[in-house]
Amino acid sequence: MKAGTRLERILASGKFAVTAEAGPPKGTSAEVIRKKGELLRRCCDAVNVTDNQTAIVRMSSLAGCLLLRQQGIEPVMQMVVRDRNRLALQGDVLGAVALGINNILCLSGDHQKFGNHPTAKGVFDIDSIQLIQTLKMLRDEKKFISGEDVSGEVPVFIGAVANPFADPFEYRVSRLAKKVKAGADFIQTQAVYDVPKFARWMEMLTERGLDKKVHILAGVIPVRSAGMARYMRDYVPGVTVPDEIVTRMEKADNPKEEGVRIVLEIIEQLKDMPGVHGIHIMAVNWEDIVPEIVQKSGLMPRPVV
Amino acid sequence: MKTITSRKPIEEVTGYLDKCRKVYIIGCGTCATMCHTGGKSEILEMKEKIEGSGKKVTGWMIIPTACDELTKYALEEEAGRIKEADCVLAMTCAVGVQTIALHLKDSKPVYPALNTMFIGMEDSPGHFSEVCLQCGSCVLGRTAAICPLVRCSKSLLNGPCGGSSGGKCEVSEDVPCAWQLIYDRLSEMGRLDEMEKIEPFKDWSVSVAGGPRKIDAEAECTTTS
Repeated sequence: MKAGTRLERILASGKFAVTAEAGPPKGTSAEVIRKKGELLRRCCDAVNVTDNQTAIVRMSSLAGCLLLRQQGIEPVMQMVVRDRNRLALQGDVLGAVALGINNILCLSGDHQKFGNHPTAKGVFDIDSIQLIQTLKMLRDEKKFISGEDVSGEVPVFIGAVANPFADPFEYRVSRLAKKVKAGADFIQTQAVYDVPKFARWMEMLTERGLDKKVHILAGVIPVRSAGMARYMRDYVPGVTVPDEIVTRMEKADNPKEEGVRIVLEIIEQLKDMPGVHGIHIMAVNWEDIVPEIVQKSGLMPRPVV
Repeated sequence: MKTITSRKPIEEVTGYLDKCRKVYIIGCGTCATMCHTGGKSEILEMKEKIEGSGKKVTGWMIIPTACDELTKYALEEEAGRIKEADCVLAMTCAVGVQTIALHLKDSKPVYPALNTMFIGMEDSPGHFSEVCLQCGSCVLGRTAAICPLVRCSKSLLNGPCGGSSGGKCEVSEDVPCAWQLIYDRLSEMGRLDEMEKIEPFKDWSVSVAGGPRKIDAEAECTTTS
């Protein structure tokens, strides 16, 4: 065991993991996080708290994770390299571990141009792969990037992201391999709508034996309207939504039900895909649908390990 | 080497000149002339605007290379007209502005009329692209001679992020993904394995983060020769 978190234990035991995302508020209300936590408590093994997602300032991921922890819910702290340099990132990792937050997900972060402070300076002192390396160094060698010693243990279960739908497609498996080499223990992918393309990516990585070295959690985002599907297809960087899904949503009498049906069909295929060890549900502003999705996917009750 | 400049919004320039009744204008015959930001026609255009607002232009000149040591002598030659003015408006790059301010004998403000943008490559006549961050520890030898620090919007060192789509950066349809370009060039050379290596942590202390940088070129020549 690297950190002994519930997420790590579930994945290590070979059970199919379920994680979900809880976006913190654009404000100070702890209640917003607590409500999302309560909703997700029974249907997820761990809950991700995003880090100034889409470059919009929100309550910090660290604070959101602590609020979940206090409720007895296991958090996954997301960290982007856009907003903090190596000093701040490492300091926050130590703080997180001290507070009992041991799952950490490393990302580059959406460009600040997309957010509510487009004139901000993007930091990008280190990149997401180097952040993975940093966590591994802190944990396994007990050293900072500078080479100095860290006092105490840094038990972290290291997460990274992968987008099989970005270009160049052929390079995407190599990039995953790089993240694994850097020290990633689990991967949460960009939302899967194009299942055949995702399956090709999974095939390529299993051919390289990467599924034996890292746990892949396939990302899903339920869509609740045709407008949202179109918006995701046309404007969200890194997301690919096939026209067929947009058409289904447009023709649906009850779009929300259709959105759930679509996500359930996707999850059904993901569950059977070799190398996929779990799903990560990103129900942006629709967290209350997550229990139903997990229930109808046959993934309830969550295992106790 | 070309220092690419762009014109500041005229409101900013007139804001600087607000308290001045008389202005002396300096352009540059090198980069700013080439960029059409500080050559003769731009100076005359600026002169007309300033005079149109009821101010007097006491004189103007184009220093062949404003960032050069010879700027000192050019300023001495024009000392009379400069003295008459309340301020100097420099239509040069930031190095020119600072060189002028350094050598100006009278104590009077030197205002920039331009924004200094980057060291640029001229893709096509009059079209410039930023291709170097001047980071102080060049990675081009490992990135197929394409700089990801400045051509990737996130300065990523280890390959394209999840926002690379159809060869474009997530930031804009007009921005090519630097890592797609690097990938394509390495692919052509049959050297894609180079993209599997993890690039070490960047030493920013030799860049702007380390404080003002200085190079003693004379001393370096002596040691290497």
